Amino acid sequence: MNIVVLVKQTPDTAANLTVDASGRVSWGDAPLIVNPWDEFAIEESLRLKEKFGGKVAAITMGPESAKEALKQAVAMGCDEAILLHDPAFEGSDAVVTATILAAAVRKLGAVDLVFMGKESVDGNSAQVPPALARRLGWPLLAYVGKIREVDPAGRSIVVERILEEGRQVVRAPLPAVLSAMQMNEPRYPSFMGIRKAARMAIPIWTAADLGLAPDQVGAAASAARWPAIFAPPKPEVRCEFIQGESPEEIARILVDRLLAEKVL
Amino acid sequence: MSGIWVWLEQFQGQVPSVSWEALGVARRLAEAMAGPVTAVLLGHGVAARAEEAIAMGADMVRVAEHPDLADFRLEPYLAVLAPMVAEAQPQAVLLGGTARGRELVGGLAAELGTAALMDVIEVSVEDGRIMAVRPIYEGKLFARVTVERGPALLAIRGRAFPKPEPDPSRRGEVIAVPVDLEASGFPTEVLEWIPEAAGEIPLNEARIVVGGGRGVGGPEGFEPLRELARALGAALGATRAVVDAGWIPYKYQVGQTGKTISPDLYIACGISGAIQHLSGLRGVKVIVAINKDPEAPIFKVARYGVVDDLFKIVPALTAELRRRGLAKV
Ligand SMILES: Cc1cc2nc3c(=O)[nH]c(=O)nc-3n(C[C@H](O)[C@H](O)[C@H](O)COP(=O)(O)OP(=O)(O)OC[C@H]3O[C@@H](n4cnc5c(N)ncnc54)[C@H](O)[C@@H]3O)c2cc1C
Ligand SMILES: Nc1ncnc2c1ncn2[C@@H]1O[C@H](COP(=O)(O)O)[C@@H](O)[C@H]1O
Repeated sequence: MNIVVLVKQTPDTAANLTVDASGRVSWGDAPLIVNPWDEFAIEESLRLKEKFGGKVAAITMGPESAKEALKQAVAMGCDEAILLHDPAFEGSDAVVTATILAAAVRKLGAVDLVFMGKESVDGNSAQVPPALARRLGWPLLAYVGKIREVDPAGRSIVVERILEEGRQVVRAPLPAVLSAMQMNEPRYPSFMGIRKAARMAIPIWTAADLGLAPDQVGAAASAARWPAIFAPPKPEVRCEFIQGESPEEIARILVDRLLAEKVL
Repeated sequence: MSGIWVWLEQFQGQVPSVSWEALGVARRLAEAMAGPVTAVLLGHGVAARAEEAIAMGADMVRVAEHPDLADFRLEPYLAVLAPMVAEAQPQAVLLGGTARGRELVGGLAAELGTAALMDVIEVSVEDGRIMAVRPIYEGKLFARVTVERGPALLAIRGRAFPKPEPDPSRRGEVIAVPVDLEASGFPTEVLEWIPEAAGEIPLNEARIVVGGGRGVGGPEGFEPLRELARALGAALGATRAVVDAGWIPYKYQVGQTGKTISPDLYIACGISGAIQHLSGLRGVKVIVAINKDPEAPIFKVARYGVVDDLFKIVPALTAELRRRGLAKV
């Protein structure tokens, strides 16, 4: 099975974020990480490779520094890594990002499965997976909590999708696009993997390499506009510690307070 | 281009609350932009919901019924909805930001060459253009967002907007949309449904959530929390630590890699308050924290705190609710 896993580099989720007047977001010296949802996708892709053979290629679109995310994917066990980078890509919204990623998947050819995270922890959009599936014309299996069976010869896959009311069990033909929920415990990079990643030369594909015209990518091609980014209003919460002689008294006071707050 | 459209999600004929909330937002936008509200129902045997949609604020309901639309699958749903939207060119299409809603709106954005605004918590009309506010970076920042080309696609965050009150005297038009789908054209197949949340209040719709963390000590430690949740008519939530420990299934996990919740009241029991847990709490009105450690970070975001053993406080709380006749059961 040949699998592409799409990873995005994001600021650490524990980072303290600030935003300046021009809307530029900074995270101080907090590290950049692989989007946590993508780690589940990497782990699951590696398990499929271990079971069925084949290769896992990690792809990201981003700045040169996003190579670090690819190196982590390789250190975990991915076989190949490709960076999609071009100044023209800057300002691409989710749909345009999907267009660029789809072009890379097509260029790679002979892909059975594209695995991605459920959403990115910076953009929080969850829009790239469905948009990518449409750009490729492949079925989307989003919010996958479990892979039940894969039949590489019969070219089909059965998964459990996690929806609000329960799990939808779906069969789809391959190739397909999958997005991962918290479906496993991602492995740590191995020593051998880290060495391999450190030595690996990561190819960079540009818009021209992908056969995309400048007006098909970047801010100009994007319909979403972000006129402002700002820190949310922080309601001053001061914790009132409820004390009492007994649990019963504490419970009584607490219920009084919650009734007064009109939240019961 | 005129009017606002709303996709009413349905699961086994039931419309989730967030879809009605989206219809309420559509009503407000339509009034600001002087156009009608059109609700769209896709499914099989769902026509009965059309009258309800009118009472909730729709001027027109387009009902597309077909056996292939019975279970949500992105491909046939898009095949029906995308051409309808492309033809009618509404100013905006709104829907609830559920799993299905996000898939559909992302697919629509790609098909129509526009953009979807996800997780919208505020909407306004400025100079005839729809502006939205949405959280990014797990709610650490907010963004004002808009769409350059029509139609604007908006996925509404659950419980961020009020659910409209039904008005049975409202009148509207119901239109049956002919559906022409070639069955073999959609290769995905729904094999089975595992109703995990049967009889439970869904976390994303809950008004009250009782959350448990490692402080519950083990799988059986959730029992007093379940009891309290039943008394409150609340949903049960959990931290990743207890899910990873296998004490409770993943579907209960709240936080960055779990569910996002916006209840009026969150009662956190034996939860330290790690940032990855807190990022799942969005727009919670009141947080109550019960934790033995007075230094636990959860107290920094809590409105009320109890520094004590949860096994003493939680049952006392349940008993107090029962004593005052406030308990649901
Ligand atoms: C990428 C990533 C994603 C993550 N995603 C999530 C997520 O989605 N959701 C999530 O929750 N976490 C997530 N985490 C984990 C998170 O960082 C914390 O480890 C986790 O939330 C801690 O869970 P806890 O509060 O149950 O446990 P602990 O931090 O161990 O806290 C237990 C608390 O219980 C108290 N306690 C113990 N006994 C009692 C008692 N008898 N009575 C009262 N109090 C008691 C203790 O004082 C303590 O404060 C994620 C982490 C990472 C790195
Ligand atoms: N720039 C990118 N490069 C590679 N993959 C991406 C990129 N942006 C998003 N993705 C993938 O799409 C998923 C969902 O992201 P999003 O739709 O932005 O929330 C992520 O988990 C990634 O797998």
